[in-house]
Amino acid sequence: MTYPRDEAEPSTGADKVSTGALPDPRLDDASRSGLTGATTRDRFDANRDPDDVSRAPDPHDELAPPAWREDFPIDWPKDEFVARREFAKFMVLTSCAFVAGQGWIAAQQLVRGRRSEPLTELKIAALDELPLGGAKTFNYPGEHDRCILVRLPDGELVAFSQLCTHLSCAVIPDVEQGVFVCPCHDGYFDLRTGRNIAGPPPRPLPRVELRTAADGVYAVGIHERTVA
Amino acid sequence: MMAGKRRFSRAQRTTIVNGVICFLLVLAVLQLWLLTATMNAFLGGDSSIVGPAFLASAVCLLLGAGLLRYI
Repeated sequence: MTYPRDEAEPSTGADKVSTGALPDPRLDDASRSGLTGATTRDRFDANRDPDDVSRAPDPHDELAPPAWREDFPIDWPKDEFVARREFAKFMVLTSCAFVAGQGWIAAQQLVRGRRSEPLTELKIAALDELPLGGAKTFNYPGEHDRCILVRLPDGELVAFSQLCTHLSCAVIPDVEQGVFVCPCHDGYFDLRTGRNIAGPPPRPLPRVELRTAADGVYAVGIHERTVA
Repeated sequence: MMAGKRRFSRAQRTTIVNGVICFLLVLAVLQLWLLTATMNAFLGGDSSIVGPAFLASAVCLLLGAGLLRYI
């Protein structure tokens, strides 16, 4: 069975009427409701998937549709398919962004590994400088790395980074309650261990390793950790 | 013939695309979890999972990109 659509020359609706092409009964299928209005019966080609039938504004496009028409369909069902396909592409693009993030972390790890040098000792306080429950801030290992030294009520000395592991606000010791408090978002850390015990902080405070000598207290290293 | 080229109907293709999108969403959520867990471990001084997490995330990307070929 020959239809005008299969001819080499583009045809018009008048041509089809003159050839006496019969309307395809599949046009009346309920599943084609979304295509209603986009196609006229006399332009329907029986050897074509009914779902793919569409009438382009330019009749010449029907014989040789331009490539861009795939991305800009006329019918709603096709448009929905394109929208889903574009969304899937966007999800893969998002996936690329996640991989890029992982790559950035891996690059940071390499940089950190190459820069790893043994930390130097730093005297941070005299032995009798802090009373029981007293605290003193210092910078270690860098000049911008704020840390805090606390003498607990039982006399033990502990030191931690003063930056909250949530968003790097400065934590404040509350010796009576036995906690460090982050006032920004109500984060709490255990005063003795630095463990995150409440609020949004995801990790414990990095612990500063101490060495006590006759002439004072020294910071000798810093221990970052994910669990206390 | 056009009908010979099309293996699936519109409804079937839409179902397939929906399934692919669901799978891509699961992969993206998995990658998001991997990224946050890796970042948390890295900032906590544990860098042992950085490499495996990067590889796992890359595999998820390859899976997703492979699925795009079918839609």
